[in-house]
Amino acid sequence: MSRSVHVGLTLGEEGGPHHQQAESDLFGFWVFLMSDALVFALMFATYGAMLVGTAGGPGPRDLFELKPTLIETALLLASSFTWGMASISLKYGDGKPGLLAWMGTTLLLGMCFLFMEANDFATMFAKGAFPARSGFLSAFFGLVPLHGLHVLAGCIWILVMAVQVILIGTDDRTKTNLLRLGLFWHFLDVIWIAVFSVVFLGGLTR
Amino acid sequence: MSGAVLPAVLGRFEWIDLPFVRAWENPTISEIIGAGAGALVVVGALAVAGLLTITGRWRWLWTEWLTSLDHKKIGIMYVVLAFVMLSRALIEAVLMRMQQAIAIGHPGFLTNDHFAQLFSTHGSIMIFFMAMPFLTGLMNYVVPLQIGARDVAFPWANSIGLALTAAGAGLMMASLVIGQFSTGGWSGYPPYTGLAFSPDVGPDYWIWAVSIGSLGSTIAGINIACTIYKLRCPGMTFMRLPMFCWTSLCTSILMIFAMPPLTVATALLALDRYLGFHFFTNDLGGNVMNFANLFWLFGHPEVYIVILPAFGVYSEVVSTFSTKLLYGYTSLVIATMTIAVLSFTVWVHHFFTMGQSANINAAFGIATMAIGVPTGVKIYDWIWTMFRGEVRFTVPMLYSLAFMTTFVIGGVTGIVLAIPPLDYVFHNTLFLVAHFHNMLIPGTLYGMLAAYNYWFPKAFGFRLDERWGRRAFTCWVVGFYLAFMPLYVLGASGMARRTAEIFEPDFRPWLYVACGGAFILLAALGSLSVQLWVSVRDRDETRVTAGDPWDGRTLEWSTAAPPPEYNFAVLPTVTRRDEFYEGKRDGNPYSPPVRYDRIEVPRGSILGPAIGLAAMSCGFGLVWHMWWLAGLGLTGAAAAIIARSFVRRTDRIISPGEIEAIERRWLTAVHEHRPISRELERTRANHGVAEAMPT
Amino acid sequence: MNDRGRETMGYVGGLLAATVLTAGAFAAVRWPTLFGPGTFAAVCALGLFQAIVQFRFFLHVRLKGSGRDDLLLLLFSSIIIVLMVAGTLVLMANLRGRMM
Repeated sequence: MSRSVHVGLTLGEEGGPHHQQAESDLFGFWVFLMSDALVFALMFATYGAMLVGTAGGPGPRDLFELKPTLIETALLLASSFTWGMASISLKYGDGKPGLLAWMGTTLLLGMCFLFMEANDFATMFAKGAFPARSGFLSAFFGLVPLHGLHVLAGCIWILVMAVQVILIGTDDRTKTNLLRLGLFWHFLDVIWIAVFSVVFLGGLTR
Repeated sequence: MSGAVLPAVLGRFEWIDLPFVRAWENPTISEIIGAGAGALVVVGALAVAGLLTITGRWRWLWTEWLTSLDHKKIGIMYVVLAFVMLSRALIEAVLMRMQQAIAIGHPGFLTNDHFAQLFSTHGSIMIFFMAMPFLTGLMNYVVPLQIGARDVAFPWANSIGLALTAAGAGLMMASLVIGQFSTGGWSGYPPYTGLAFSPDVGPDYWIWAVSIGSLGSTIAGINIACTIYKLRCPGMTFMRLPMFCWTSLCTSILMIFAMPPLTVATALLALDRYLGFHFFTNDLGGNVMNFANLFWLFGHPEVYIVILPAFGVYSEVVSTFSTKLLYGYTSLVIATMTIAVLSFTVWVHHFFTMGQSANINAAFGIATMAIGVPTGVKIYDWIWTMFRGEVRFTVPMLYSLAFMTTFVIGGVTGIVLAIPPLDYVFHNTLFLVAHFHNMLIPGTLYGMLAAYNYWFPKAFGFRLDERWGRRAFTCWVVGFYLAFMPLYVLGASGMARRTAEIFEPDFRPWLYVACGGAFILLAALGSLSVQLWVSVRDRDETRVTAGDPWDGRTLEWSTAAPPPEYNFAVLPTVTRRDEFYEGKRDGNPYSPPVRYDRIEVPRGSILGPAIGLAAMSCGFGLVWHMWWLAGLGLTGAAAAIIARSFVRRTDRIISPGEIEAIERRWLTAVHEHRPISRELERTRANHGVAEAMPT
Repeated sequence: MNDRGRETMGYVGGLLAATVLTAGAFAAVRWPTLFGPGTFAAVCALGLFQAIVQFRFFLHVRLKGSGRDDLLLLLFSSIIIVLMVAGTLVLMANLRGRMM
């Protein structure tokens, strides 16, 4: 029964109207994520084209460090896993406390990620590496904070959903919204793979 | 009068930003025209408000239209918006033609700055706020009916898309009243539109109007694609879809993937202008050429977005009014998909002259020529559809015929431009302007007008006046040829585009002819208005309540005119292409169902108007540096979405009894009117029931 | 193992695989002698593989069932992305080279 459907998709029998509605909703969200992926891809392309535009200012070697990037990656990866646990909790009807605990953990990990990233940016600013300094830095600060803003939006969304779970419980609409949030959150981790690979690790290899 | 007025509240607004103040201080013709335009916007808005107050229709407008999630109503509102913006942009075109006719060895009556704003608004409006809303509205209206669905996949998102488009259009109109528009063309290239050269509000108006509008288009694209993907009625396989749905599917896929590059281009320009970034500056490592790259990554698929729905309309219209099955369905489907995919591979042809190597230009030149082939296939398919058919020269069919001939001329000039060395001669001359208008007007505009005449009876229950339709048609075609054919000659003779003053006296006769053509196009617009007025006045004589005035082939013709809110009492089951048409010949498509079940339809919602208002406020605030307003708008939009997610009662039930009553009324109308043959379809005898002649 | 156990192990497996691949990428940069001049290529390859792992185990995109529509969508999007990104990079590099 559960093999061919998404985790958490227990909204009536397969093929029923609610199931069809949810499938349609989720597919629509996937499509939106693809357009968002394209926005990121073009930011990456712009970044690639502007790597040479350091205008005598600081470049990747001067600014990127392995350790903070590794910690941030670990935080985001862990948060993706904890959201997976939240999805399972939702699907198997563990009840509100279990679900909210996993959601809260994800939120906490996300906030830690954002805090560390903000700290990184502050450090960069202190070294004179701010966006108005050069084209390269503009491209960097266009791309990486774009991802950060998405994570922030995701955190706000988790909060809103937590309120919804508490006030309304897990009816069909809440479940669909949680599934969409899950897609969004996992998607952001995939984008982060590209960010740390191309921007940070890539910047440190050349 | 200059100097900021209450900068904490009104940002960088100064009194001189009002065109009325400018005209008062410097009463030249150019300024007076600007003030007049601004006044028209204000007066127009007040007039609409006044009319609504006098007729007591505010509540009706709010509950029946602005908050409606019904795809039919949203579709109609999109088209209304398109017609309003068409009027403005056409008048702007006439002004430009007049200027160029007069300003030969003479400064003309418009300043260079005013002229530059005109060509910028003309292009921006025609693409983003005329063509896009028109075709989006059309797809919204027709697609669910054609696939046998009750509504689009995401009705609430549909409302938001409309609201965002309207918000963008609102910003365009606001630029007439407060401030000024960009002088950088509809493509807005930096560094000219960057802070260094254009620190004024113009490019900011352009950025936010276009960004907000394109967000609406992305949402619409997602909606239509998911609707066709997921909501087809039982038996409606992909290869049984009407051609209009195929083109709508491909168009919406293009919308989804073409809008992001535009979003990125405008967002990066905004970062440059607002936060001093260096994406597109000349100094400190900026890369100006990337803007052209990003813009046209969007811009090329965009022109296919505006043409594919028109192609879909022509497929429907040509087959219906040739009284013949559409020829080469499979080849049309493959051609459509090919066009969609190839449209992502040719964008460099918009800037052959930017400096990349001959090899790159050659590759894109070849790809550009290749994309002409599937379009050619479609033209042949339409011609073969007409061949040995019984062609009826209704207004939609007339537009289709004019399209087939005129569009091909434009296509051929496109092949000329696709050759890079030739493009070096023609780039940014009037030859290019002639070419793209030769595609857009016979292609997109005639398609939209054909669709308007074709589906109006379905949407409103009465036909449009045929006589004024023909007069409008004649003016559109004659006007087009006179206005644009001279531009080919001028362009080949070396006249550049976007020029406010001309110094070559040999250009005079051609510019005069072009100006005359522009006036005829204005008359065409006028004829359309008269057509509508006459049609409404005479609607009792042209009612087609039964719903099938043209002996239609596809499912939308199997409903009443106008269709009930729920479209179909029972979702149809389809076993072949053109199910309704075939059913008229071998079955009984008007038999009432065995029983009626209750139907759930979306309740109206304040979400759309709220987000529209929030978006426009945010955009306006960003333009004028009224940060409090921008913040308010943004949080307002977020709050609206969050609030909506808490709402539980989003649907309402229509009872079986209510449905039965509506259906009975309709079926009575069907049975009490005589089915008519095609000779009578443009007479009073046409009540919307077609006689099924054997094919 | 019941359904729930199976699904949980899916996430655990995904997490472990992703961790290993991440560690590999960071190691490649920390110790550049491992891959030499091919370090960036190795990082990208490891990243691509991790993306696939996450799509499979976290996002449930697979070859059968309702995951298939999503897969087709992903593939089409990828083609468009590759076209636009590669086109941009080639074009900008070409222009830069010709301006020097």
